[in-house]
Order: sequence, then structure tokens, then C-alpha cells
Amino acid sequence: MSPKTLYDKIWDAHLVHEAEDGTSLLYIDRHLVHEVTSPQAFEGLRMAGRTVRAPDKTIGVPDHNVPTTLDRAKGIENEESRIQVEALDRNAAEFGIHYYPVSDIRQGIVHIVGPEQGWTLPGMTVVCGDSHTATHGAFGALAHGIGTSEVEHVLATQTLIQSKSKNMKVEITGKLAPGVTAKDITLSVIGETGTAGGTGYVIEYCGEAIRDLSMEGRMTVCNMAIEGGARAGLIAPDEKTFDYVKGRPHAPKGAAWEAALAWWETLKSDADAHWDKVVTIRGEDIAPVVTWGTSPEDVLPITAKVPAPEDFEGGKVGAAKRSLEYMGLTPGTPLNEVEIDTVFIGSCTNGRIEDLRAAAAILKGRKIKEGLRAMIVPGSGLVRAQAEEEGLADIFQEAGFDWRLAGCSMCLAMNPDQLSPGERCAATSNRNFEGRQGRGGRTHLMSPAMAAAAAVTGRLTDVRDLMKVDA
Amino acid sequence: MEKFEKLSGVAAPLPLINVDTDMIIPKQFLKTIKRSGLGVNLFDEMRYDDDGNEIPDFVLNKPAYRNAEILVAGENFGCGSSREHAPWAIKDFGIRCVIAPSYADIFYNNCFKNGILPIALPQEQVDILMAEAEKGANARIEIDLEAQTVTTSEGEVIRFDIDPFKKHCLLEGLDDIALTFEKVAAIDKFEAAASAARPWV
Repeated sequence: MSPKTLYDKIWDAHLVHEAEDGTSLLYIDRHLVHEVTSPQAFEGLRMAGRTVRAPDKTIGVPDHNVPTTLDRAKGIENEESRIQVEALDRNAAEFGIHYYPVSDIRQGIVHIVGPEQGWTLPGMTVVCGDSHTATHGAFGALAHGIGTSEVEHVLATQTLIQSKSKNMKVEITGKLAPGVTAKDITLSVIGETGTAGGTGYVIEYCGEAIRDLSMEGRMTVCNMAIEGGARAGLIAPDEKTFDYVKGRPHAPKGAAWEAALAWWETLKSDADAHWDKVVTIRGEDIAPVVTWGTSPEDVLPITAKVPAPEDFEGGKVGAAKRSLEYMGLTPGTPLNEVEIDTVFIGSCTNGRIEDLRAAAAILKGRKIKEGLRAMIVPGSGLVRAQAEEEGLADIFQEAGFDWRLAGCSMCLAMNPDQLSPGERCAATSNRNFEGRQGRGGRTHLMSPAMAAAAAVTGRLTDVRDLMKVDA
Repeated sequence: MEKFEKLSGVAAPLPLINVDTDMIIPKQFLKTIKRSGLGVNLFDEMRYDDDGNEIPDFVLNKPAYRNAEILVAGENFGCGSSREHAPWAIKDFGIRCVIAPSYADIFYNNCFKNGILPIALPQEQVDILMAEAEKGANARIEIDLEAQTVTTSEGEVIRFDIDPFKKHCLLEGLDDIALTFEKVAAIDKFEAAASAARPWV
């Protein structure tokens, strides 16, 4: 048998049909749905008199629109948002899918709830009408975002029409320096390859620095595969993966666990597998980074200066000029002198317990800069509960952070958590596009520790300046 | 789905790289539970000022391009979110064809589900069509999907590549779900075998 990558193996295990031209029908093991990209799909089913083929493999949770303020039990004020969430409530009941309503403590961002509940398992195919579905690749699952028409297709047939992507290996060798996190890895990779560098590929992340990451960190890395243009990002499962999964509500148990484990242990790329593209980055070379522009590829170490349009080539010259104007930045300004108005810690990229611990480690015994707006939005009700149990919530509140309920929140600002025009935000989310966090809002992406450091100083800050590193 | 065979229309030039889906349709318009009516908000934040007035300089607000049916743009068009609201908004505005050097994966696939033809061409050829689009309403570009050609107003013919299956579906206006239902026996068979091999799924 010819050597295979992990992606090849998962693909082959889910191939229902392949036409001569390579157009394939792939079986889908888990279908996650949220309120924004599903109403038209369920409506399509209803109009055609179709049902959900595998409701037991379909999991719904509202996250994009939900308020994160403590009084959200009183309902959603914005009528359109409320209608969308109510539509999902109704569709979940009508079609009989698994569902975590807003009132359920397990509710949260769909990409945090899936792994937390044990729905996401190694070797699976996972889709969702959301580009950050790539997150689930951290388990060695083939996971990617789809459009609403495809959501309807998966609901009706439990399959997806696909053509196979190429294989790309991203290897992060060696060890990370103190203060450098999974977010710095994933941003640095995009900075290196560009936002289209992964187009047409499925990325497998590997190397010592990836192996050393926790499952939370691996989810952060895979989450942003889409920001590099890749269809999916994945990491081969190992003991850490199995330990994370074991005992989760929907993980296999007993004999089924043993059988699953036996298969999962085979899920790795063969040593002589073919890669269409290889990118290698030394872990030691990665610094704490921030974005300066309006594309996730606009990444620089915090020790750098705001670049000038002339530093670039081709279409990027005009794009950089437009970005700098939008961001209100002057070339040559040291990044750590850029003052911010707001800090947002949360999202499917960095809303897990480890992210909150990293922020708390910086914020403990410190206060946020006076006048700053700062909020922490846990990725799920269970993350929130755990953070409270561990005393992290007290640290955040004593520092001056607003401690919120779970949801997507200011990552994409579909709920009331938004930036005003010109407001500058240190954010742990995934996109710094124009208007992403609110019309005219200015987003700098970074790790939770870096966002916490920025909250303390009121400007973009090198977290290492605030860390007590034992010699 | 609406068929796409031939199109002759005005092309609007949007010479920006990395046009993302937040630009194409900002999130406040994703709250709809319908597919239609998004055209008025296409490129909303570039097209209207804070008070909702049209920004005259934006290409789709210029008289020559108000009825554009083709959009010519820079590389990595449609990057970002999976929102199908992006192609819905493009189509609802009246644009049936996008021409760019490259596209983001999910957006590209979403176009085909909505009767929109995304054409990928080398940068030099996009540059020719961008210059053509700059000429305004007097320069109509012709697209022929069957022949896989783009013809400029000066008669220059540019060939483009497209996946044969996607081309077939677009030409015939085929519904993916109906096509897949024809393979239901294969799905049943796969499901039975998979649930024996991996019962924990």
C-alpha cells in the first residue's frame, strides 16, 4: 500500500463514492449547527419535505447572537437576533437533533462545546456552517466550514460533495520561548504563508512544539488554519488527545473505548508520505506577535515597528496603505507604543480554560489601565464555571474586567458587544478585518497573555515585560 | 438552482486583494432567516457612510456600474467566514460572475450553489479585464460557460479552466441534494459498514 498522510487516511475511511473526475461523496460523522447559517437550510428541508438523515450525529447550539451579559435570561432585545435563536430552538425540536439551548450551562461557542462534550473524536469528519470548524482538527479529525447550501446537503444526506485537497505539512520544531503561545504559532505561520498560502490544502501541524502543546493550544492552532486559507488543519492524535477525550459525555466507554483507541493509534501520517508543500518554522524563532493591519497575515513581533506600504510588493502595497489608514497607524511607530481602548478575551480561538488561566497569570494582583474597557467572555458555560471554581473569575473582576456569559461576543459583534468607530481593541479572536468587531473598529490580534498585558498598560505590550521568569 | 450559460454585461472593477466576506456582507445582515434581499447591503460599509448615504466614489454607486453583472477583483477574493450570505448578496445585487486571480475555498464553493460563476484567471489576464472594466458601461464583457471563454469588448478571447462537474451543475442548474439522493444506496451501504467498523461514531 502506498504511504498516506493522516488526511489521506481519514478521507479514505469516509469515502462513500468517487466519480471518475475525482468528485467524491464524503460521509460526515458530526454535523454542528448554530443559529446564523442554519435557518435557510432547515427551511429548505421543510420546503422539500425532507428530514435530517442522522439527527443523532447532529448537534445544535446558539452562539453568535446570544447576549453575554448576566441578565440574558430576560431574553434577546434585538428582534432579528431573537428570531434567529428562536428558529434554531424550533428547528432542533422539530428535527430531533441534540441541542444545548441558551439556558443550558453547557451552551457556548459551538467549537468549544463539541470537544467539551466529547462529540469531536479522532478520525472523524466534522463539519459546521462556520469557517472556524477547523478547530476540531486538533483531535486528528477532518473538520472544516461549509456554506448554508452544504449545511442543507449534510442535513439531508449526511454526506458532502468534495474534491480532495492537497497535503501540506507545517512543522514547528524545537521549544517555544517563555511568553510564546499557541496563538503566536498560528499567527506566525499565517504571517509566513499569507492568508492564501493554504488555499487548496489541508494542513497537518507537527513537530516538537506542536506535540508540547495542550489540547487547548492545539485547538487554537487549528482554529486559524482557515485564516491561512486552508480547507482544514489537523494534528495527529496522541496520549494527550486520548486523555482529553476519555470520560467526556459522548466519548466511547468500556469495550467501545478500547476498540476506538486501537484505531485512533493508527491515525498518523506514514513516515514516507508525500507532501505537496512543506513549511518549517523553528519554535525558538517565534516571538509574541500582534497584528497591525486588517488581514490576519499582517503579523509582526511586538518588538517591531508599524511597517510602511513601501515595505511590500504587488497588490499588497495598496492593501497595506488602506490598512494603515483604516487602523490609524503611522509607519515607524513602535508597536508597543500603540495605545488601546478596549480588550476582548474570548472566542473559539482563545475562550478555553487554559486561555483564561494564561490571562489570569498576568492579571493576578494587577489592575487594568484606568478608563479601559475590558471583557472576558468564556467559551462555554462549563468553562465559566471552571474558571469560577479555580478563582480566575475573582482575579479578572478584581483587575477590572467585565466577566461575561458564554458566546461568540465581540469576535464578530453580532450581539451587542461591539466596537465603536475608531475604537482600538486588543483581541484574542481570529479576524482583524475592517468592521469585523464593529463598524470602524480597529482590531489587533494576539494571545490571551498578550491581551492581558495590554489591559494592564493600556497599550500593545510585550507580555515578557510583565512576566516573572525564574532564571 | 438558476442555470448559468452565457452572460453579457458590464463589469465593475474592484482592484483590491483579500476582499473578505465581512466586506462583502457585514455581520449585521446575517441575522436574516431568508436568502433574498441582501443585495442592497452588498459591500455595505464601503458603499454607504455612517448615515446610510451612498458614498459616490464606491464603484457600485457610480452610474456606469449600478447594473453591473460582473465583478473583477484582486487575489484571494471571498476570504474569511463561510457565510453564504456573501454569494446571496452578490447575486441579489445582480452580479452573476466574479473574475479574480484566486478565491478562498469556501466562498468559491458557495458560488456554485447559487448559480454564480467564479472565474479564476492569471493576474495578467485579470489586469486586462480590470482595464476593460474601468471603461464603464460602454464595455460589455461576454462570458460563455460552455465554451469557457471571456470575451472583451474589443473581441479579445480569454479561456478559463473550470472543474467539469461544477461546470455541468451550473450549466444544467442542478440541485446537489437531488443528485446525491441518486446515490442513497451507496450511502446506506457505507453507513452500515462504518457503524460495524466504528460503532462509537
